[in-house]
Amino acid sequence: MTEPTDLARILTRLCPMSLIVDDSGHILDAGPTLQKLCPESPLAGQRMLDLFCVLRPRSAVSMDDLMAFPAAQLRLQLRMPPATTLKGVLVPLPDGGAVINLSFGISVLDAVRDFSLTSTDFAPTDLAIELLYLVEAKSAAMEASRKLNLRLQGAKIAAEEQAFTDTLTGLKNRRAMNHVLTRLEEAGAAFSLMHLDLDYFKAVNDSLGHAAGDHVLQQAARIMVEETRQGDTVARIGGDEFVVVFDNLSDRARLEAIARRLIARLEQPIPFEGHACRVSASIGIAISSEVRGLIDDGLRQRRVGRMAGAGRADRDGDHGARPCTDGEAGSCMLHLADLALYKAKRSGRACHRFFTEDFVVPGGMGPFDSPDLLVPGDPRQARGSPVALASTVAPLGRSLKA
Amino acid sequence: MHGLINRAVQSFVCLTYGRDRWQRVMRATGLDFVEFEGMLTYDDAILGQVLEVLRQELDRPLDDILEDIGTFLVSHPEMQRLRRLLRFSGETYVDFLHSLDDLPDRARLAISDLKIPPLDLREFAAGCYCLSCGVGLPGFGRVLIGVLRAMADDYGALVTLQYVGSNGRQEQIAITLVNSAFAAGRSFDLGARTA
Repeated sequence: MTEPTDLARILTRLCPMSLIVDDSGHILDAGPTLQKLCPESPLAGQRMLDLFCVLRPRSAVSMDDLMAFPAAQLRLQLRMPPATTLKGVLVPLPDGGAVINLSFGISVLDAVRDFSLTSTDFAPTDLAIELLYLVEAKSAAMEASRKLNLRLQGAKIAAEEQAFTDTLTGLKNRRAMNHVLTRLEEAGAAFSLMHLDLDYFKAVNDSLGHAAGDHVLQQAARIMVEETRQGDTVARIGGDEFVVVFDNLSDRARLEAIARRLIARLEQPIPFEGHACRVSASIGIAISSEVRGLIDDGLRQRRVGRMAGAGRADRDGDHGARPCTDGEAGSCMLHLADLALYKAKRSGRACHRFFTEDFVVPGGMGPFDSPDLLVPGDPRQARGSPVALASTVAPLGRSLKA
Repeated sequence: MHGLINRAVQSFVCLTYGRDRWQRVMRATGLDFVEFEGMLTYDDAILGQVLEVLRQELDRPLDDILEDIGTFLVSHPEMQRLRRLLRFSGETYVDFLHSLDDLPDRARLAISDLKIPPLDLREFAAGCYCLSCGVGLPGFGRVLIGVLRAMADDYGALVTLQYVGSNGRQEQIAITLVNSAFAAGRSFDLGARTA
């Protein structure tokens, strides 16, 4: 190997990725880092264009072409694997030949791995190490942020699942109502339950839009809160379905008065953006003291159901999933009120009906096997979910199939 | 206070003394949470509370605990990332020492709201340095000693470290480099993939 020229010595220190080439494109001297890209054979003596292909400028195919565009930014690619791309600049030398200084550019991340480079392989002024540091630091920070986001998302979902409030109306939601009903039924408390369904609500929603529908629901909620006592539980348990639980109230006359007043107030037009929204309500009422036997049946069935459910969950190895959690097994009282509501709907809507024991046909036919419920095309079946029906039937265990 | 700093203390306690110990500490502080989030911000007073309970729980001087935290941050296998980020500072321990002036800026480059007190390294004789550490993060000087000691191991350098004291405006640490190539040190692969 020949003695390095002064220029080569300077370049080795300042630009460890530089080449000195002669007019024919043969490499006279190569920087030490560039040599690491071709560890098999010394770069000096080889033709530069045998080692690299020129990506840019596109028109350049020969050394003469490259010399003709000294100002252009070069884009080269290693012909051997891993085909690393390099950026660079060519500066012709006064006595012929040229200096080509190269850099990894953005491919530096792969290059340090591919060629096992260390910080001494880069010029002290090169920002490559800072870039590597930054990439690694930012990846770590990003990873931490991503994990935080995942945790926050999980917490948000958990909070929503645990929520007891219906966000649209501010009333209690189905979950909250289930808790209240489970507590009252298991305590054997005296209470009444109204299941209220808005009539003609769908027409409002369809003709005036969801905003109008939401407004009606909010106004209906307000009316229900105003017409009930502070300790009563008012819940929205479905689209236009509401439940009021009257703790410690079993008086038919009072319940009837409340039902009539609710319907009368809900029938008053609700103004919305210049329109008058008209709805009414059908109400089914159940009074616990009148149906004590059915409630007790339901509780017994629910306990059996829970045990069966627990066994199934264990077998599946999934201890977290229980078919009957949070009172989802269904409240007997809710189901009885639902039957009364159904009767009210069939009686021409805009009225209320009490559940009475004569809904139960003697001889094993329970209220839940009522042929009415199984009529094909029954609007309530079409609207209600089969799961909800099954969950209310199961606690009483009087299904036809049983 | 940046959550990463609180989180560092949490990682130290959990990985050194176990999760139960950490939960006991957090319960004793009376805070209503157990986990610090690295990417959130906490009231400055909280860290002081946690450290005070930790001191009682471990029944050790706080300065020793802080030094251990510093060592832990660099040398524990779970903390590879921080060690790597520090190793980007230079090829030798001397390079590393001189890069400490840049540490607050480096931290800010990675996480813009992570504030580390200003550091200033002076060499007053060959191999004898004094590192001044500004205020803003109580106890940081002691943590730094742990970091400097662990990084010396990492580079294979033999150093003596001494906490000179604090004058209220800055803490001072005396560093004497006995041998910069005392042991082989740990390798640093610039392009290693950290998962």
